[in-house]
Amino acid sequence: MPIETDRTTALETVDLCRHYTMGDSLIRAVDGISLRVESGEFVALLGSSGSGKSSLLNLIAGLDHPTSGTVAVQGRDIAKLSRTELARYRRDEVGMVFQAFNLIPTMTLAENVELPMRFAETDRGGRAAAVAKALDRVRLAKRIRHRPSELSGGEQQRASLARALVNWPKMLLADEPTGNLDSRNGTEIMDLIRECNRDLKMTILLVTHERALAERYAERQIFLADGKLIGDTAHGGGTVAEGFVGGPTLAAPQESA
Amino acid sequence: MKTPDLLELATRNLREAILRNALTTLGIAVGIASLVAMLSLGIGLQSMATQRLAKSGLFDTIVVTSRRDFRSFNRSEEKTGPAPAQSRALDENTRLEIEKLPNVKEATPDIRFITEIRYENKPHLTLVSTLPPSAAGKDAFDSMEGKFFSSPAAPEAILQREVALELLGLPEDSKETINSAAMKSLIGKELTMKYAERQAVSFAPTPATPAAAAKVKPEGPLPAESGQFGDFGESSSTASFSVLSRETKLRISGITDQDPEGMKGGGRGRIFLPLKFAQDLHVMVPSDLRENTRSFSSQPTYLTLTVTVSNPSRVQDVQEAIRKMGFNTFSIFDATRSLRRFFSILDLFLGIFGSLALAVASIGIVNTLVMAILERRREIGIMKALGASDIDVKKLFFAEAGAMGFLGGALGVGLGWFLGRVINAGTNVFLKHQDLPPENVWIVPLWLVGGAIVFAVIMSLLAGIYPASRAAKLDPVQALRYE
Repeated sequence: MPIETDRTTALETVDLCRHYTMGDSLIRAVDGISLRVESGEFVALLGSSGSGKSSLLNLIAGLDHPTSGTVAVQGRDIAKLSRTELARYRRDEVGMVFQAFNLIPTMTLAENVELPMRFAETDRGGRAAAVAKALDRVRLAKRIRHRPSELSGGEQQRASLARALVNWPKMLLADEPTGNLDSRNGTEIMDLIRECNRDLKMTILLVTHERALAERYAERQIFLADGKLIGDTAHGGGTVAEGFVGGPTLAAPQESA
Repeated sequence: MKTPDLLELATRNLREAILRNALTTLGIAVGIASLVAMLSLGIGLQSMATQRLAKSGLFDTIVVTSRRDFRSFNRSEEKTGPAPAQSRALDENTRLEIEKLPNVKEATPDIRFITEIRYENKPHLTLVSTLPPSAAGKDAFDSMEGKFFSSPAAPEAILQREVALELLGLPEDSKETINSAAMKSLIGKELTMKYAERQAVSFAPTPATPAAAAKVKPEGPLPAESGQFGDFGESSSTASFSVLSRETKLRISGITDQDPEGMKGGGRGRIFLPLKFAQDLHVMVPSDLRENTRSFSSQPTYLTLTVTVSNPSRVQDVQEAIRKMGFNTFSIFDATRSLRRFFSILDLFLGIFGSLALAVASIGIVNTLVMAILERRREIGIMKALGASDIDVKKLFFAEAGAMGFLGGALGVGLGWFLGRVINAGTNVFLKHQDLPPENVWIVPLWLVGGAIVFAVIMSLLAGIYPASRAAKLDPVQALRYE
């Protein structure tokens, strides 16, 4: 259930499309998606692989340009930003966590976490404290001088979360963060993400194909299939989705080709 | 991204692929070393040649003669300017006036006379000439046996080898070198020189006879003007001079087998006296007689003046100025200009050959950085996802290229310098073997050190343009896509 406080719109997409051509065929990765997310919401984007949920997340993250439509973040259409402005947006307003962790292997945890602050031109004097604070939040304060290869998968994902948090973004985008983890480590990272939502009031967009995980952590689930939005629990629970694919509770589009 | 962060990331990236980057840097170093080597050689040869020319005194010297001297070097000059009869005398006032002209280093009178010298009581006839103190720097004295004059007015003499041979009683075609034991034995020995002293006297009722004067010690020039026998105008006075036969002792300070007088030489077999010493002797010279027929002044007149110009390229200006004063001049045309042109062309070609190695090294940089992009594709994607702008990525690659260029440049200059030392040492061993004085054929000036490093950095940055812009344009979504 969405918490009805004085929420503002964090994100709004209108008729958002991202099409690619691969060989002769046109792939509609994202195909006319319109949705609205309030600030402070914890939203799960659910769908099978190829449903377009990662493509949608990339558009929201400002890593990719839409073919058509708008992506408004805090009322600003990021589809219209220049490459430099988009880089600034990624740096200051969103944090990303990936399935593959994406830590730079040649850097220690501290250096990995410091990296976004280098791009943000944060004052050097305050960086060590910020790194320590971020790593402390994900309970890795003791591994600060280690390289990613010396850590377990769960620890690496926590480090990557710390890196996403270090510039204190308003929105956290997590692309299958538990995909490469066992359930214990998965739970641990999801707990930390929930803390960000609850304690830091961050808007969370979680991409996953695990229905159970989404139901456990997210206050709202959005279902995607073939680049289209097919259900949204915010609009009459699962019933909207039920109309399309026989009920999201039964058929979270796990294996729909 | 701020510069310190950029440099930190760049050095960390260079360290990560240490072997590849070290080899690339070494390539630049070799390129820069070859460039430095080529240019240093050119510069060294040029400075050697111009120094030799400057020291020879051939190109910065103007010889000034009076128009009244019909034995002038260039007859065509006499057609312009005042007629010989109206032109000025070449005296001390003129000398001082010339010395004040711009770009003139010094103007020295030449005193030359043929006289008899005695060594171990045997008489020899020889041409006596004089040298100013500044002549000590001429290369004719580089290989001199003995020493240059101990002071500007010392009663000393430097002999040319031919004179020394004569004094030793050896034939003119003797193979005796100036540093043989017999020659060395002459150094420090005493000579007696006979000369005619020009002594100014007033028209006194009883003029001193040469025979009487020779017995008394000369008391220096007497006041020239007496005005007893009429007035011939301002510049003239009614005075005369007597000629006294005198002798003086000279100590042999050195023997040279070269000609320190360059183009004024006029045959070998001379002895040289310090200029100041010779002036104080008041030796009578032919021009004294000539000038005396017109207007006699107490000042000594000179046969020729030698004017040294501060820079060979100014010879023509100075020559023009002196000609306007009403004198004849002679100089060898500025040959250093064409020499400099030759060396600029030589330097250009040496530089081009040197740069070829650097061009090859630059291709190495392009290759290394393009490889780095392929290898670090994912890393670039991550950096972009974390907020690195295209410019940040571009700058990072430029910083890496620039750092390799700087290190390679510095290493290359060091390598080139070391190579130069080795070649210099080798050349000097060879020269010593040939009994020639050592030379610096290899000069690495400071501007070349700085210039070579800057050049290496610029070349590296140019080589980095393509890889850097390719890395910057990388699409983050594709870069992050799982392999």
